[in-house]
Amino acid sequence: MAFSTATAYFAPQPFPLNTASPRSHDNPLITPASASPFFGSTPKLRLSPSPKFNLHRRSGSGVSVSQVVKEKKPKSTRSLLITKDEGLELYEDMVLGRAFEDMCAQMYYRGKMFGFVHLYNGQEAVSTGFIKLLKQQDSVVSTYRDHVHALSKGVPARAVMSELFGKTTGCCRGQGGSMHMFSREHNVLGGFAFIGEGIPVATGAAFTSKYTREVLKEVDCDHVTLAFFGDGTCNNGQFFECLNMAALWKLPIVFVVENNLWAIGMSHLRSTSDPQIYNKGPAFGMPGIHVDGMDVLKVREVAKEAIARARRGEGPTLVECETYRFRGHSLADPDELRDPAEKERYAARDPIKALKKYIIESNLASEAELKAIDKKIDEVVEDAVEFADESPVPPRSQLLENVFADPKGFGIGPDGRYRCADPKFTEGTAHV
Amino acid sequence: MYAIARQRILGQSFQKMRPAVSVLRSYSSAAKQITVRDALNSALDEEMSADPKVFLMGEEVGEYQGAYKITKGLLEKYGPERVLDTPITEAGFTGIGVGAAYYGLKPVVEFMTFNFSMQAIDHIINSAAKSNYMSAGQISVPIVFRGPNGAAAGVGAQHSQCYASWYASCPGLKVLSPYNSEDARGLLKAAIRDPDPVVFLENELLYGESFPVSDEVLDSSFCIPIGKAKIEREGKDVTITAFSKMVGYALKAAEILEKDGIYAEVINLRSIRPLDRSTINTSVRKTNRLVTVEEGFPQHGVGAEICASVVEESFAYLDAPVERIAGADVPMPYAANLERMAVPQIEDIVRAAKRACYRSVPLAAAA
Repeated sequence: MAFSTATAYFAPQPFPLNTASPRSHDNPLITPASASPFFGSTPKLRLSPSPKFNLHRRSGSGVSVSQVVKEKKPKSTRSLLITKDEGLELYEDMVLGRAFEDMCAQMYYRGKMFGFVHLYNGQEAVSTGFIKLLKQQDSVVSTYRDHVHALSKGVPARAVMSELFGKTTGCCRGQGGSMHMFSREHNVLGGFAFIGEGIPVATGAAFTSKYTREVLKEVDCDHVTLAFFGDGTCNNGQFFECLNMAALWKLPIVFVVENNLWAIGMSHLRSTSDPQIYNKGPAFGMPGIHVDGMDVLKVREVAKEAIARARRGEGPTLVECETYRFRGHSLADPDELRDPAEKERYAARDPIKALKKYIIESNLASEAELKAIDKKIDEVVEDAVEFADESPVPPRSQLLENVFADPKGFGIGPDGRYRCADPKFTEGTAHV
Repeated sequence: MYAIARQRILGQSFQKMRPAVSVLRSYSSAAKQITVRDALNSALDEEMSADPKVFLMGEEVGEYQGAYKITKGLLEKYGPERVLDTPITEAGFTGIGVGAAYYGLKPVVEFMTFNFSMQAIDHIINSAAKSNYMSAGQISVPIVFRGPNGAAAGVGAQHSQCYASWYASCPGLKVLSPYNSEDARGLLKAAIRDPDPVVFLENELLYGESFPVSDEVLDSSFCIPIGKAKIEREGKDVTITAFSKMVGYALKAAEILEKDGIYAEVINLRSIRPLDRSTINTSVRKTNRLVTVEEGFPQHGVGAEICASVVEESFAYLDAPVERIAGADVPMPYAANLERMAVPQIEDIVRAAKRACYRSVPLAAAA
């Protein structure tokens, strides 16, 4: 239903950033048939001019992103949004995310991976759409569903897979695990198990960017931070505290809500007084945008503006991406509460298939090229598994390492090295 | 009790101390006296001017000059970009501090009292203390969390808890608790320079007390090593360990005990984590008796940890069971007389020390 014709996929009109959102109560164009707020955007809606949205109701000091885009984009009929290279890059990244997560599921059921593993299937458009626009020095903060954010940001698949297997060649040497992906080199700041915990940390990273520019006087420091979190987090106090402070101090951050409608088994509608999360942005003085998170090109357009806004120093943006996770909350979740019909509806809007279709129908690349990418990614993932399998587990002495950054914390150990407070005490009953 | 010497500091020249008109002891006319408040203020000032990455964050630290005037004058000197008045959002601004520290800035986050840190404890433990370990050394967090800890005077149950043992039980944190001005200056400077998260537990009632300091302490590069306890008073009969305000009480108790012929060795822990087990054990092996003193709740407290450490390492040297002096195991009452009973007093320390000393005397001789 969602992709009936190629032309309807990207309607020739001013870019529907504020989107004819099916979730709006104000939208007069929702027909009774699609009155349920969580159906996909129908072609019917997309072909009509998008109504001005609630962005300006409490506009505060922020510039509306859609306004900026509308002023810039001419009314062209057939402008392609991406070049061939960009298209292939996006495709490859999304396929990597999907193939990697599927392999994780396999490995988990074979016992190679353990603990809590949260997979990202279905949400790849959000990660790829946003993160592929970043520079290396920009940072990404995520939640426990962080494998694909790390991959999109550039952490090698081998390093992530080893980390998941708990091997010493992992990106955190096996000490972090699935929920704690950190990479100093690629500026991936985690990986937090508590929802809402990453938002203040991301706000702090954005603060550092501003501080570096204004106090340390490195005037070309324009690093942006992206904070990814879910719909459940938007009811948490820390989220609001940070919306307030980010807008107050005009920090270069984009708050990206991956609204997949479910917090484990708790439906977003059952737990939230105002389910339209983007409304919460203007309440704090920043633009709130809603975008179809199953469509990587739409996400990318919104992301471009939001990130550019932050880079210019105009402050934060709240972007709500309507997306869906095809699997359960984690690999231990039986996923019984979600309606199979809902799952099917969203499966039909698979972002990878949609992008593939767009690329082929816009003649950006041939099916053969895309298949070649699929094959390449399969090899990358297989190689990652092999590498992880063959890697050694951490040595016993690694138990006590990295507690502190200060190697001379407290005295010399018996081996002449400073590593931790008191090896005899710190190791407990372990034989290190 | 110590008389509180009032000092007014003019301008921002914290280096030049005017000697206070002190009713109390002055060891020599050459030694300067500064209050703990000025010691902390000068430490912050010097560290901020030495390193532009250090910045302050907290409620009322800027225009109000600090809820307890610890950050007085710093806003005028360094501007609002480095001395940040935050909204009342402990979880939010602590997390922001941690995020900034991930990138190498050095925040000093002030909690108006450490009771409020409970709203931010997730960030102190989960995103600050554990990060270096979880990221295998990639992300270190050079942050300092400071503020008054423990009981003040008549502030009730929700403002009087001591958090030393809570934070000290968590690996990845360093927990410091200064007693006098020298401790305050040296330890705060060390904490700010340290690349790891440090919880710095001050005491509100000590802010106004002044102590003599040598010129070395006033030097801007002065620093005390983290993880070393200090023997404030040498003795041979019983070891008394304490931190923060209780050090003062222990010293007074030691003076009283001396009149009875008991020479107590008073150890100022300074550092709760890492605990200086070797100093404590060396002292116990010398005196053979131990009294631990703390203001917080007794169960799972600092004294319990010290006792376990001594039993593990110096059991053969103990001549008497370890005496543990702690606050009463109740939320802090408000009434003044009850509050006095809920916190250890000097007499309690003296009594405990005497109990420790007489235990080994055979009953026949005790009569």
